[in-house]
Amino acid sequence: MVDKRMTEDEVISELKDGMTIGIGGWGSRRKPMSLVRAILRSDLKDLTVVAYGGPDIGLLCAAGKLRRAVYGFVSLDTIPLEPHFRQARQSGAIEFTELDEGAFYLGLLAAAHRVPFYPTRAGLGSDMLIMNPELRTVTSPYDDGEELVAIPAFKLDAALIHMNRADAAGNGQFLGPDLYFDDLFAMAADKTYLSTEKIVPTENLLDEGPVHTLRIQRIFTDGVVEAPHGAHFTECPPDYGRDEAFQREYAATARDPEAWEAFRSTYLDASSHEDYLKALEARS
Amino acid sequence: MSTPAEATIDEICVVACAEAFRGDGEILCNPIGTVPFVGGRLARATFEPDLVYTDTVSVLPANNFPVGVPDAPKVVESWVPYRTVFDIVWSGKRHVMMGASQIDQWGNQNIAAIGDFRQPKAQLLGLRGAPGNLVNHTTSYWMPNHSTRSFVASVDVVSGPGYDRMRELGAPSNRYHEVRRVVSNLGVFDFQTDDNRMRIASIHPGVTVDQVVEATAFELAEIDDVAETRLPTDEELHLIREVLDPTGARKAEFR
Repeated sequence: MVDKRMTEDEVISELKDGMTIGIGGWGSRRKPMSLVRAILRSDLKDLTVVAYGGPDIGLLCAAGKLRRAVYGFVSLDTIPLEPHFRQARQSGAIEFTELDEGAFYLGLLAAAHRVPFYPTRAGLGSDMLIMNPELRTVTSPYDDGEELVAIPAFKLDAALIHMNRADAAGNGQFLGPDLYFDDLFAMAADKTYLSTEKIVPTENLLDEGPVHTLRIQRIFTDGVVEAPHGAHFTECPPDYGRDEAFQREYAATARDPEAWEAFRSTYLDASSHEDYLKALEARS
Repeated sequence: MSTPAEATIDEICVVACAEAFRGDGEILCNPIGTVPFVGGRLARATFEPDLVYTDTVSVLPANNFPVGVPDAPKVVESWVPYRTVFDIVWSGKRHVMMGASQIDQWGNQNIAAIGDFRQPKAQLLGLRGAPGNLVNHTTSYWMPNHSTRSFVASVDVVSGPGYDRMRELGAPSNRYHEVRRVVSNLGVFDFQTDDNRMRIASIHPGVTVDQVVEATAFELAEIDDVAETRLPTDEELHLIREVLDPTGARKAEFR
């Protein structure tokens, strides 16, 4: 099998300005943070990010990397409102596509299945269609004639996801309670880059979880990055929980430009994931 | 043993939230927020034993495990990862109780933003699942800060559509829409009026109709002969205080 191992910076070198990038995980849960930080320290700009948003979208907003965010919500879970994302919305710094969370799922599903849209009732009557005037409705071709919202496919140039385990060929495994939508992100993207806590030999993939935890197939992955603690500070059970103290420190930087600069130089300017982990260790 | 006379406002609100789920049978009871969460579990522990409810992460616990106790043992009866919640939403077998930063007389709810959504004064939670919830299954609301800033003449963004929007939409799109009740720190409200405008269903003990009217920026229907919200029973108080919320987490929602 092909060996797809690469570094964070090699992944980022395959991305281009203006790309639409999907990011897996959910809120402040199992986000590919080492890849997000690699974007932050790159020259990439004008990105569109599609995500069940958490600190990935917040950090990209704070670093001025985003042209547009596509989301159903952007939250840090224990801190319900992502403060950097809020600031970006309130200052008008980013364009946005805000959808019903379930409609968002259908946009990913449509892209994964290569159909132009999936129909849903979600959005009728609410302001979702006013906030997104590009959305169209369709009429059922059957006798019921019901009008439904056509959620367009979220075609992604690239997707970034983080798995508990993977092999070097890009078969990915989740060991926590929820895959979220990572399989759909992988299928919806032209290129999918998977970071993982640990690369294991293929024959050992069933050592830590049953067969139904093997939900990312290598035919949908293009790169594998070994990044222990790579989801920090978001949670990545059963490997580790959320670093709530660090998350609070991060959230507080939205109110204080000096705190943001200090946070940035200490943690985000670290030239590699290894250096980031060293900076974490040095934390008092 | 506690007596009903000692029930505090948070416990009265828990029971009012529990009552929202009366008659629901075997569906997913999906409250959001601590008081609704305790209320949903109370309904299941008493008069709606067939309800299932989530632990808000990914499983359906079959036992009455407490809120605010992270390591409380759970008897898991099923797995509901996030994606499955949407499948259940679209199946209709769900009753959600959400919060609302703003609500109007038709039950239009806003949790998305304050001000113009294009560049809001305050970005809130976003649309979240509200648009899909309202057109697929029964919805109720919990609003612990009843004031003219939350019970407004017109919401800034319609996240969850109310009865005027649904009337405009008409059949068949409106067939699964029901806003069952709104529980606030002052009373219980519903839409059981001729034109589905919000009315006072009951006011909590110690609250006056004038107080409610003053804290509401639109005209409430049927403000004469208003009933009083029922008090918790001894059994309910025991369940709330000793079993479902022993640390009193529910009280934090009253500011």
